[in-house]
Amino acid sequence: MSQTVFAPWNDPDVKPLIQFKNVTKRFGDFIAIDNQSFDIYAQEFFALLGPSGCGKTTMMRMLAGFEKPTEGTILLAGQDIAPIPPNKRAVNMMFQSYALFPHLSVWDNIAFGLKRDRMATDAIAARVEEMLKLTRLEKFAKRKPHQISGGQRQRVALARSLAKAPKLLLLDEPLGALDAKLRQDTQFELMDIQEKTGTTFVIVTHDQEEAMTVASRVAVMDHGRIIQADTPARIYEMPNCVYVADFIGDVTIIEGRATKSGDGYDIAYAEGQPTLRATTDKSFENGQTCHLAIRPEKVTITAERPEGAANAVQGKILDIAYLGNLSTYHVELPTGQIIKSQIANTRRLSRRNFTWEDTVWLSWTETAGVLLEG
Amino acid sequence: MRRMTWFNATSLTLGFAFLYLPMVILIIYSFNESKLVTVWAGFSTKWYGELFRNEAFLDAAWVTLRVAVVSSTIATVLGTMAALVLVRAGRFPGRTLFSGMIYAPLVMPEVITGLSLLLLFIGIGLDRGVFTIILAHTTFSMCYVSVVVSSRLVSFDRSLEEAALDLGCSPAQAFRLVTLPIIAPAVISGWLLAFTLSLDDLVIASFAAGPSATTLPIKIWSSIRLGLSPEINALSTILISFVTVGVISASLASKRASLRRQAEERAAVHA
Amino acid sequence: MRRFALIAVPYFWLLALFLVPFLIVLKISLSDIALAIPPYTPTLDFSAGWEGFKAFLGALDLENFEFLTTDDLYWKAYLSSLQIAFIATVATLIVGYPIAYGMANAPDHWRPTLMMLVILPFWTSFLIRVYAWVGILSTEGYLNQFLLGIGVISEPLTILNTNTAVYIGIVYTYLPFMILPIYSALERLDASLLEAAEDLGCSRITAFWLVTVPLSKNGIIAGCFLVFIPTIGEFVIPSLLGGSKTLMIGKVLWEEFFNNRDWPVASAVAVILLLILIIPIILFQRNEQKQREADG
Repeated sequence: MSQTVFAPWNDPDVKPLIQFKNVTKRFGDFIAIDNQSFDIYAQEFFALLGPSGCGKTTMMRMLAGFEKPTEGTILLAGQDIAPIPPNKRAVNMMFQSYALFPHLSVWDNIAFGLKRDRMATDAIAARVEEMLKLTRLEKFAKRKPHQISGGQRQRVALARSLAKAPKLLLLDEPLGALDAKLRQDTQFELMDIQEKTGTTFVIVTHDQEEAMTVASRVAVMDHGRIIQADTPARIYEMPNCVYVADFIGDVTIIEGRATKSGDGYDIAYAEGQPTLRATTDKSFENGQTCHLAIRPEKVTITAERPEGAANAVQGKILDIAYLGNLSTYHVELPTGQIIKSQIANTRRLSRRNFTWEDTVWLSWTETAGVLLEG
Repeated sequence: MRRMTWFNATSLTLGFAFLYLPMVILIIYSFNESKLVTVWAGFSTKWYGELFRNEAFLDAAWVTLRVAVVSSTIATVLGTMAALVLVRAGRFPGRTLFSGMIYAPLVMPEVITGLSLLLLFIGIGLDRGVFTIILAHTTFSMCYVSVVVSSRLVSFDRSLEEAALDLGCSPAQAFRLVTLPIIAPAVISGWLLAFTLSLDDLVIASFAAGPSATTLPIKIWSSIRLGLSPEINALSTILISFVTVGVISASLASKRASLRRQAEERAAVHA
Repeated sequence: MRRFALIAVPYFWLLALFLVPFLIVLKISLSDIALAIPPYTPTLDFSAGWEGFKAFLGALDLENFEFLTTDDLYWKAYLSSLQIAFIATVATLIVGYPIAYGMANAPDHWRPTLMMLVILPFWTSFLIRVYAWVGILSTEGYLNQFLLGIGVISEPLTILNTNTAVYIGIVYTYLPFMILPIYSALERLDASLLEAAEDLGCSRITAFWLVTVPLSKNGIIAGCFLVFIPTIGEFVIPSLLGGSKTLMIGKVLWEEFFNNRDWPVASAVAVILLLILIIPIILFQRNEQKQREADG
């Protein structure tokens, strides 16, 4: 790895911008956040990813100041933020609904926070112009929120929350209200703006693709806990548990028992079937229950048994999901286990080899699957 | 995020105390022994007895009830028709005048409505009595009914009617079998509104009623002009209790219906 | 022809019982008082044909309106009606806004009950609700008994039969008209807007003035008109709670008609009252229109 890669979380000398220390948040009996500790670094684009009700929004609202931790402390640049009310924090938030003030123009929405700081009029004007330029909204300054499109509203919300140059910007499902096409463009725009302004972004989303695209690190959450916080690539390739493997992307999970053999493990997954092979850094006891997680794109589908493959199983094609650029084959083994295989559709439809009910071979390498504990 | 602060709690408490204390006092003092309304002299229900022996009040109550039932029923029919015209009939000559005549009585001071109707009745030589009060009440309450019903009709999904027509209903059948049952709650609340307006009305009835007919509000009015009266307190208590019981049971019924509906929907999801 | 019947029935009903009576008022306001039955001239005599109609028109004049301008009772009554309605509207707003605000911020499961409590007085007799205050505000009334009892005052206050009593009566009876539109505006207010304002540096109070108030503006305006318009022509409250010095045009009209039996002048009073009301009614309609467009 070269020195220019942005990875402050690997550098013990860098002080984190935000530190959660044993933070617990309860609403009555309900535990929204369960004793969590983690760090977010300056200029990071940090994504909190999880299903609804996993606690990601509570996490964000505690950073914004709308909720206080029941236990534990949250430090921003080394300072406990619990006693600071939302209106005094150097943290701004972009709301899921955008929360644009309907009675104010785009210009006045962006200037709203600046005016609260009693900035000089010309300084406010200059800053608003700068923000309008950054978000390409110059032409819409005089319009009211209901007179602009959804994408433009999203940019107004972003401009408004960035105008005060916060240390930390919180984005609550910022792209949730946009349609798929616009969302993709906007993702790159967000990354671009984050880079230009050098602001630390914390984004909350339930859309894993979005989190993977924009974030420098993704924290996968469930039931008030962060299950894994890592770079998108590591989250995808090296999930630390079945939940993460299953939550991110498409995966086949095969349950079995591990037996140490050579530099890897043999996995017995069904009576009378040959074992599967996988290597891993983790260690398993002999006979320990394990899960092998295999990404569909790492599984090759062939008509004949491939020579020298570490893992090869035979099965029947049950379903074909045609996605245009890709096709996913659902192959059923004689044991009833279904394994997914994904191939790129580099050829035209008529030349495709396999169809329903075909008997095929699936194969993958020793390193293709990730071996996870029970 | 809703916050129930001390400020909100205080303003609600004071606000509702202001709205209800006068009525509560009225009710308490209706059980006062003394003829002097403001001096408490012990518990008694004697004014209720007096009230029920007072023929004039009973007659007036009977007249009022008849007027209210008849006028609110006619007003509901006319008002529902007017609502259909407003929402459905599209353009026709004099539409603006029509909608103007629907909305104007809502903001017209009662003294003017009353005066103008009286002048009409005299002009055409109609003897004033129960009949003229009914005409007057029907006219202004049909406007309220039509506003209530048309606000429901606006949000009515017309594809339901189209489905009925598609399945072989005549337009009249579609209205009777599909539209009417769905807008029925609005029609019923329109009727209730018309009924209460008629029960309550003093000013218009005073103009429209001749010497031959006296409604309860007219009777109450002539009595309280002379000052406080324990009988009126008793009568007020009866009227307030009727309304309270009616409104509370109506709202409980609608709450129960919506709870049942929710339960059924939940059951349907899990089924 | 079903459509024709549907339109025609309510149409002719309203023409006959709303528009025609109003035209009669207009016509009588242009007539002269007479000691006859009906007590005004001219009366339209259809048997005289076109000539009779011309004679009838010729006899109409603006004398009653001139009379209204010469006797200062009338314009004073108009002005004082407007003034009382205005002050009472402001007072109702001050009392009603916090209640609507409290309701909108109350827990969800309270709100239907609170709503019912606001609507309940609507269904209760207006007359009785006004009458309830007579006992409270009179010299020997409950309020004076209470205040004397706790020693705040040593002499009973004179409130009944003053304008203060009229204001109290109006605030009391029209309060639901103020609360409901404001409540519905506040209830629709997206709570995240207030959070956004706080997030951008507002204190709670600034957020209230900069976000809540402007966004409930339409509700405030609607509520004010709903109180102001009917209050101008109010008759029961000034008659029952007001004193001899309380001048309100509804009361004047009533007395002119029933006590003085001057129908032409009463009609002229009514016509001018309507002309005065047209302005706030149009403003109210425009506000409603704006609201609908904003919603749509």
